[in-house]
Formats: sequence, structure tokens, C-alpha cells
Amino acid sequence: MGPAVKELKFILSRVEQSPLSVAGIAIIVFYIALALLAPVLAPPPYGDPYMIPHERWFPTPQPPSSKHPFGTAEGQLDIYYGVVWGTRTAFRIGIWVVAVSLAIGLITGTISGYYGGVIDEVMMRFTDIIFAFPALILCMAVVAALGPGLDNVLLALVLVGWPFYTRLIRGEILRVKQEDYVEAAKAVGCSDLRVLVRHILPNSIYPVLIVATLDIGAVVLTAAALSFLGLGAPTGYADWGQMINYSQNWIWSAAGNPWQYWYVFIIPGLFIFTFVLGWNLLGDALRDVLDPTLRRR
Amino acid sequence: MGLRAFIIRRLLLTIPTLIGVSLLIFAVTQMFAPEQRATLYIKDIKQIKDIDALIEKYGLNAPVYTQYFIWFGQVLSGNLGYSQTAKMPVAEAILTKFPATAELVLLSIPITILVGIYLGVQSAVHRDKIIDHITRTLSIIGWSLPTFWLGIVLLAIFFAGMGIFPPERLSSTTEDFVHSAAFIKYTGLNTIDGLLNGQLWVTWEALQHLVLPTITLVTIQIALIVRVMRSSMLEALNKGYITAARAKGLTQKEVINKHARRNALIPVITLSGLLAAGMLNGVIITETVFNINGVGRFGATAAIGIDIPAVLGFALFSCILFVSANLMVDLLYAYTDPRIRLG
Repeated sequence: MGPAVKELKFILSRVEQSPLSVAGIAIIVFYIALALLAPVLAPPPYGDPYMIPHERWFPTPQPPSSKHPFGTAEGQLDIYYGVVWGTRTAFRIGIWVVAVSLAIGLITGTISGYYGGVIDEVMMRFTDIIFAFPALILCMAVVAALGPGLDNVLLALVLVGWPFYTRLIRGEILRVKQEDYVEAAKAVGCSDLRVLVRHILPNSIYPVLIVATLDIGAVVLTAAALSFLGLGAPTGYADWGQMINYSQNWIWSAAGNPWQYWYVFIIPGLFIFTFVLGWNLLGDALRDVLDPTLRRR
Repeated sequence: MGLRAFIIRRLLLTIPTLIGVSLLIFAVTQMFAPEQRATLYIKDIKQIKDIDALIEKYGLNAPVYTQYFIWFGQVLSGNLGYSQTAKMPVAEAILTKFPATAELVLLSIPITILVGIYLGVQSAVHRDKIIDHITRTLSIIGWSLPTFWLGIVLLAIFFAGMGIFPPERLSSTTEDFVHSAAFIKYTGLNTIDGLLNGQLWVTWEALQHLVLPTITLVTIQIALIVRVMRSSMLEALNKGYITAARAKGLTQKEVINKHARRNALIPVITLSGLLAAGMLNGVIITETVFNINGVGRFGATAAIGIDIPAVLGFALFSCILFVSANLMVDLLYAYTDPRIRLG
């Protein structure tokens, strides 16, 4: 593990030097804290904590007040409660989609890369088909076919996401497979499974894991777009994209003063934006550090 | 391999992809019962009583492979089914709505590529200087913005707040004029038709309507180009031929424009295919926010209205566009790179 530790230290030292990546880490830490502390910051009053509480069915949004720090949206849905619990929804979407896609990609990519031949060819042609679709459009078609809802959005995102990891892992396996230590392991009679799990995967998985982590931001952004279109979480669910779904009407409702109901669309949007920004800032810094052609200059 | 052999090989390679795409879309239709699949071809609710006849006509009870060939034959003959949300056949809806989308995308792509290349070069040449930091920060911000939110905020600031850059394609009076007999639709693109008809004010108005959606698309997609242009330029600037060019006394401008940038452009060409996908994703949201009657909004409306034939027709159409864009990018790449062209 000597070189790996040295490598990690080098990466961390480079990350620390870049103010942008530090900002990215700070944002992510803030959101993790927000997600963990959600029950303390916004105690759920009754029933499902992910349903935003609303007191009375009164249409017009109300500006921020001491009782509703970020104001209320249409139907008196509390925006503060929505964005705090929406953080949990965002992490759940991001982590779940990335983890499942990664798991599928890990299995298919390993088989494809290690055994090659017909299996590899079939797998690669299949990923080609998924890649032939613009991602959001394939997601939209799948959600429309399965029916709207957050669970189906997650399934659609996995369907679109896994081929990317398959390709990535396959490439890494192909690179590592040639190494002497793999040949050596085979020569002393290790089984295929042992060679894969003990020798190949540990040497190929780290770059993939880093890319996967950084994908969380992109996944949340696509999910937000689907929710905005009305294909994701139902109205009243603590989900940032869903909260903006109807809010654009309130620009036009306020005659002559488009900013009268600013809190309805600005606040949930800022949460999506900064969340994704955090991951992208970190990702951009890491990409430079990990790129061997750029790093040591 | 010469350029001609390359083109032929590349064209042949798109065929299995497109067949795969059709299989995937067909697989989605198989998630529904024959009765539901028959609604694909229903134009009027009164036809419900003929549903058994429709199932018979389109062989929806036949074995799966027979159904696929029947379906594929229908698609090839241009029958994508009937869209309940648009109240017309899917193929017709896509064709009538496409010019609006084409106008937006054809304006956004060149701006994104040119501005992106310029910013990427500046960023690389002034690496770790203030220009580099500003460019990178702004492009990451653009990349992180939700498309729909940026569109809404721009609308609130410019249209609702200042009364400029309205949404939709044209004002309703101009829209009426464009659809009247006095105005000949050569291309369906209002900006170009305005010029061809000698009605410059139509072009002017159409451009004003295009400002905000174009800004939205460019802001979000530009990061892709800036990032790759920057790193490819940095790589090019470290090459031996740059040192040689400097050593023989060329000015900084000549070194950058003639030696480094030209070589750094190649990865950006490959990337333009990805940009096409980004734009297709982007128009769905942009057209919805700005209420533009194009294929993107058609797809979104269909998905919300569970109008399956329209959604699948739209997905197939986008796929064909995206695959063609990639094909063109590869051909352009082969043409630019002499190692392929002359090899």
C-alpha cells in the first residue's frame, strides 16, 4: 500500500492548495450536516417526515416570517421545512442511484473486461444503445412508461447510468489485467475469482470510486429536472425540483412586481444549485490532480 | 485506411446501433398490454370499440418477433402512432415542431463552441492567473445551474422585470402574420424566413425572443467546451514544437494561434457530439420554461400526459438526431486529422 498512500497524500496536498476545491468540500460538509440534523432543524409534526406540513389550504404564498423563515409556497407548504428535508431526498437520490449503477457496472464491467470475447462484444454493443440516447430523454421515456413518481425516476436514472460505469471499470480491468502481478497470481494457481477480487479490483477500483462519488451532483441535477417537469416526487413532497415545479406561475401572478414571490422559486433553486456546485468544484479540482498529463507541472 | 473507407465503415457501424435503439424502444412498448398498445394507433376515443380490429390489424397478439417486424415496418413507413396530447400523428407533430427547436439549437451550438474555445484558450494561456480563475469558476457555476431555474430567473429579471426579451417564439400578432398567406415559410425558421421574405422586423422580433433561451442553453453547456479546450491547450503548450516555435522567434500570438490552438482543437471536435446530446436534453427544459412550441416541449408534455406513442416517437427522433450528430462529428474529425484522411 506504500505507493497508494503516497498517491493519496499527494492528491490531498493538491486539493488543499486549491481554494475552489476547499469551497466544494465545505459545501458538501454543510449539506451532510443539514441532512443529518434535519429532524432537529425541522421537526416533523406528524406522519411521513418527507411530506411538507401545511396548515391551511390557502393559495397565495406568504413571505418569510418568524414562523416560516423562508416563507410558504402555494397551499401554505413551508419552504424551510421543504428545503431541509429536501437535502435528505437529494442525498438519497444521489447515493442510491450511484451505488446501484456502480454495483451493476462493477459486475458487468468486470465480466466484460476479464473474460472478453463474445460476452464483451455483446455488453459493449448494449452500452452503445444506451449511449445513443440523450440521457434526460431516455429517463423521460422510461418514467412515462413506468408512471410518474420518485421511485421510477430512480430506476430510470440507474438504467441510464450503469453503462457508464461498465465502460469505466472494463477499461481499468483491461489495463490492470496485463500487469505482471496478475500473471504471477494466475501462475501460482489462484482461481479466477481470487485473481479478480484480490489482485485486479483493488488496483482498478479507486479512480472509478472517485468518479462515482462526483457523479452524485449530476444525478441530483437530472432528478431535479424530471421533478420540475412533474415526473418525479408528488406535490407536497420534500424534493427541491418538485418545489420549483409550479412556482414559475408566481412570477406572472404578481402584476408589475415579478419579485413579490421571489422566495417561492429562488430558495429551492439556490439549494439545488449550491449542492451540485459543491460536487462539481471538488470534481474539477480532482480531475486536474488525477490527470497524469497535467498534474506534476 | 483512406477517408472513403473510413466513411463507409463509420456509416455501416451506425446501423446496428439504430437497430438496437429500435429494439429498446420496442421493448418499452412491450411493457403494456395489447389493448394499451393498440391505443398507439387510436385517433379518436370512439375507435375504442374497434380495438380488437386494431389489435388484429397491427398483429399485437402475434409472437414478439413478428410484432417487432410489424412495428418496425410501421416506423419505417413514417407511422409513429397518434399523439393524444398534440391531437395529430406523432410524425407530423415532430415535423411541424422541429423548426422551432432547430432555430434555437442552431443558434446556441456555434455560440457555445466559439465562446467556449475562446475562453478555454484564454484560461490555458493565463494558467493560474486571475482570468483562469474567473473563467473556470464561471463555467463551473454555469454547469451546476439547473436549466429550468436559470430560465425562470432570467425570465423574472428581463421579461417580467424589465419588459425585454419575451418568451415564446413571436408575439401573437406576429405569429398570425407569419401563418398568413402574405408570409412564405421557406424553412420554418422565423429568423431566416423573415430575411427571405424581406420582412426584417420579423427576424428582429424572432431574435429578441431567442435571446433568453439561447443564453440559458449556452451558459449551461459551455463548461464542457471550456474545460476540454483548456486542458487540451495546456497539453499542447507543453509540446516540443511549441518550444521550437518560440525558439525560432515567433511572437506569443503566432505561437498560440497557429501552433498550439490548431492542435488543441481536435479533442473539442470529438466533444461536439456530446454537446449535441446536452442541447437535446436542454431544449426539453428550455422550451418548457420559455413556452416555445418545439419538439422538446412536445416531448415533455407527452411524458407528463402519459402519451406513450409521442414519448417514444420523440425518443426515437432524438436518438436519430444524436447518432447523426456523432456521425458528422466523426467525419469532420477524420477530415481534420490527416492521420485518418491520408493514412
